[in-house]
Amino acid sequence: MRILRLSGIALMLCVPALGYSQGAVSGSNLTQYLLLGIVLSLVLVVIFMVANSFLGLEARMTGADRTGKSFAIIPGRDELIPSKIPEGVQKDRIITLNQGFDINLLGQPAHEIEDKMVTTVAMQPANFIGMSPLPKLAVNVGDTVAAGDELFYDKKIGRVKYVAPASGEIIEIRRGEKRAILEVVILLDKEQRQRKYEVVPPLEGERQALVDFMLEAGVWPMLRQRPYNTVADPDETPKGIFVSTFDTAPQAPDLALVAQGHSVAFQRGLDVLSKLTPGRVHLGLDGTSTPPTIFANAFGVEKHYFRGKHPAGNVGIHIHHIDPVDATQVVWTAGVQDVIAIGELFLHGAFYGGRVIALAGDEFERPRHLRTYMCASIADLIKGELAYPDKDVRYISGDVLSGVQKAGDSYLNFYDDQLTSIEEGNYFELFGWLLPVDPRPSRSGTFPNKLFGKDYQYKATTNSHGEQRAFVVTGEYEAVLPMDILPQHLMKAIMANDFERMEGLGLYELVEEDIAICEFACTSKQPLQRILRQGLDTMRAQG
Amino acid sequence: MKKVAEYLHNNAPSKDKALLHTAYDAFFTFAFTPNTTTANGVHVRDGMDLKRLMVHVVIGMQLLYFFGTYNIGHQHFVALGEYTGFFEGVNLKLAYGLIKLIPLFVVSNAVGLGIEFWYAAKKGHSVEEGYLVTGALLPLIIPPDLPLWILALSIFFAVIIGKEAFGGTGMNVFNIALLARVFIFFAYPTEISGDQCWVAGFDQIIAGASPTYGWFETTFFNDWIFGPLGWPTFNAQAAIVDGYTGATPLGLAYEGGWERVTEVYTPGQMLWGNIPGSIGEMNKVFIAFGLGLLLITGVASWRITFSVFAGAAVMGMIFNWWGATPFMEVAWYNQFLMGSLLFAAVYMATDPVTAASTNTGKYIYGGLIGMIGLLIRVANPAYPEGWMLSILLMNAFAPLIDHYIVEANMNRRKKRLQLRRAGVTTDDEEAIPVPQVATA
Repeated sequence: MRILRLSGIALMLCVPALGYSQGAVSGSNLTQYLLLGIVLSLVLVVIFMVANSFLGLEARMTGADRTGKSFAIIPGRDELIPSKIPEGVQKDRIITLNQGFDINLLGQPAHEIEDKMVTTVAMQPANFIGMSPLPKLAVNVGDTVAAGDELFYDKKIGRVKYVAPASGEIIEIRRGEKRAILEVVILLDKEQRQRKYEVVPPLEGERQALVDFMLEAGVWPMLRQRPYNTVADPDETPKGIFVSTFDTAPQAPDLALVAQGHSVAFQRGLDVLSKLTPGRVHLGLDGTSTPPTIFANAFGVEKHYFRGKHPAGNVGIHIHHIDPVDATQVVWTAGVQDVIAIGELFLHGAFYGGRVIALAGDEFERPRHLRTYMCASIADLIKGELAYPDKDVRYISGDVLSGVQKAGDSYLNFYDDQLTSIEEGNYFELFGWLLPVDPRPSRSGTFPNKLFGKDYQYKATTNSHGEQRAFVVTGEYEAVLPMDILPQHLMKAIMANDFERMEGLGLYELVEEDIAICEFACTSKQPLQRILRQGLDTMRAQG
Repeated sequence: MKKVAEYLHNNAPSKDKALLHTAYDAFFTFAFTPNTTTANGVHVRDGMDLKRLMVHVVIGMQLLYFFGTYNIGHQHFVALGEYTGFFEGVNLKLAYGLIKLIPLFVVSNAVGLGIEFWYAAKKGHSVEEGYLVTGALLPLIIPPDLPLWILALSIFFAVIIGKEAFGGTGMNVFNIALLARVFIFFAYPTEISGDQCWVAGFDQIIAGASPTYGWFETTFFNDWIFGPLGWPTFNAQAAIVDGYTGATPLGLAYEGGWERVTEVYTPGQMLWGNIPGSIGEMNKVFIAFGLGLLLITGVASWRITFSVFAGAAVMGMIFNWWGATPFMEVAWYNQFLMGSLLFAAVYMATDPVTAASTNTGKYIYGGLIGMIGLLIRVANPAYPEGWMLSILLMNAFAPLIDHYIVEANMNRRKKRLQLRRAGVTTDDEEAIPVPQVATA
């Protein structure tokens, strides 16, 4: 792109120069020379190519090409430019993504894991898209539960059980508007107990037996279904299951570190998943560095290496490039830790509720990885961690792009493995739009961010840096979304409730986290994730 | 500063006084980026917003404003045969340029922004920044002597019919600045076409005609400033020199091709733009500078600009080959030196709202603007310049171009999924060999 721009400017400057040069060479003459030059170079190219292919043919006939040396006149690209592809990446499985944008923020979690005790955890029905706000409760306040005991189930699909991540006593069932259940809070036991299954169905057995066991044991909600990102429907047969092993979102946890020590469970989890689909389990790996052994050594799965900026690590991007979905062809997805939890269940016959989460953001004194439970209490996690306890900060379950804002006394979401904290940006800035004083993340060339270099870490606040406007700029979403999708037209179709276009433009291939980077980059500050969810909800309601 | 901002914010006029509130809000958000925080979506937003985008286009035009102002005065004195050197009589030329340009700029922005404020108040939303660029572009593309009431009327038409009727910034089909200009072009053709209108300060461009000076020239500048300082003063008795026509290169090219043009102007003059013409469209070097700024900052779409150039070059080559009239024989690269091709490609065609919105569509859109614009310039006997009309024409077709690009995207997706269902893989991405199932 930059080369194009530069050459364009050069061309621009040539135009007046040509104007001057006409004094020396008359107009028609110049055109003739130009044409002659083009024809001559074309002829040369053709001759070269013919000669080149003859040489190649001869090399093949004599068997000389098997020595690995090149016998072409024109050296191949690989010979001229040494390959940048790191060791261990299978070259024929690389998918290069040119669009995307990495937001490098302060407060990246350090490469270390520390245990962190929490006193409470809470399952939240609202974490599961499409679940009715009033699920059927299987427990009451005061009951004691073991890890893996059922807490509630959705009335629409009673077979899918939502279980306790850890053992303890139900101390509160927090309700919201219209008595909707917000949180089922468990006060953890000092000595954790697990619900044990003596008989684990063999992987060689019936698929249905595996499904029933997973439903019963409570790991089923860890599988999600595209389109819509709902909990997987046990009656569906997905055409593939996708697992992404790297997270490119800002301040994301290092999934290789997270999975450390769980390689057996991870492999067993993949084995289970591959029994659930007649298609394949697709493992998305980071193609920009040597893949960690735990993922590189996984077998029985199809590996794909993605090279690109965020959202290259999003499983939605992988699905789009490998096996896209529509309303009738569904796929399932699972996170790395979900695969581990499924593997642990089949290895040890017990529900595994442990999670490693990233404590991220510059408001924490020591951003790092923490080993705790899923759906852990935010209040417990941040205890003693804040750099400035009195500051107005925002807690986010997930990353700064697609995470959810949380109150200080609430809980991490079921699927999230990151707790982010950044400063609230509720202040005025004098001429902030024109002459910003401090550096801020942006992909616009109007900021001198390129001068700071690629490794500069930006301070992020929640200030919106401007007000919402109508769609004006075009092409900026396409520049950050590595998919064959026209996001702006899709958004307009959703706003206009145009079903045919929504479907046709690839609504089914997107969920919020995929479009989040477009929302970040949007000059008009449009709420793209909200619009997209509205479209997805409409389509899901249509059936 | 924080306290000032909060005080000003808390003491905004109440929302019952809609117009006052809207205007206050517009000026407040101009001075201070609002304290709004993100909600229900991304938590961190890009530092870029529409104000910043628009102001970068305006910054890109500043050299043109500076040069255009001076050139108004310069052309005036060249016609009179006084101070014919570019840097002679600097004070007079600058003063004369400002006398002409400031009213145009003020009227352009006062009328346009006035309508925007009023509509924003009526609709109860904040003032959008689209007019910032329109208001700055418009004075650059009109003749310096245009009566102010015609300018005001054209803006009325363009902003109300062309923009607010469609829903405001971001919704308009036609480029607002060009719509205002085309209104003048069809309603008051003598004000904006022919050889008569491009040199300021005369009722008629004929030899012996005297300039029409008013109070500003004779009293304010002559008696109060330049006289006491001992600088050159405006001379009301001066007259247009013999043989001066005020013709533009395009008019000359229509008469007798490149030879006729170069009899009057050198290519250097056309490059630097010290010749009669619209206020801001003349200096090709400064336009290229603006283009560089817009491309480096990524504010304008390089796809559009360069496909306009490519389209114009191709059309120019076709005309060179055809060669039926002297104008057609003007070498294609010389076409870039004349008229407002560069300005149109850099500032007019790149308006993101009215251009095609898909990346592929932008190539088609720009290419056709280039081709049609040059076609109108060369083949139309009545008015030898075509960018305004070709851009407006392509504005009308941009949604159609987008429609087909969108349809193509939909069909591609449908086909991809059908092939999947049939178990076939295509596309470059799928060139992955069938994996060997590893056994445990």
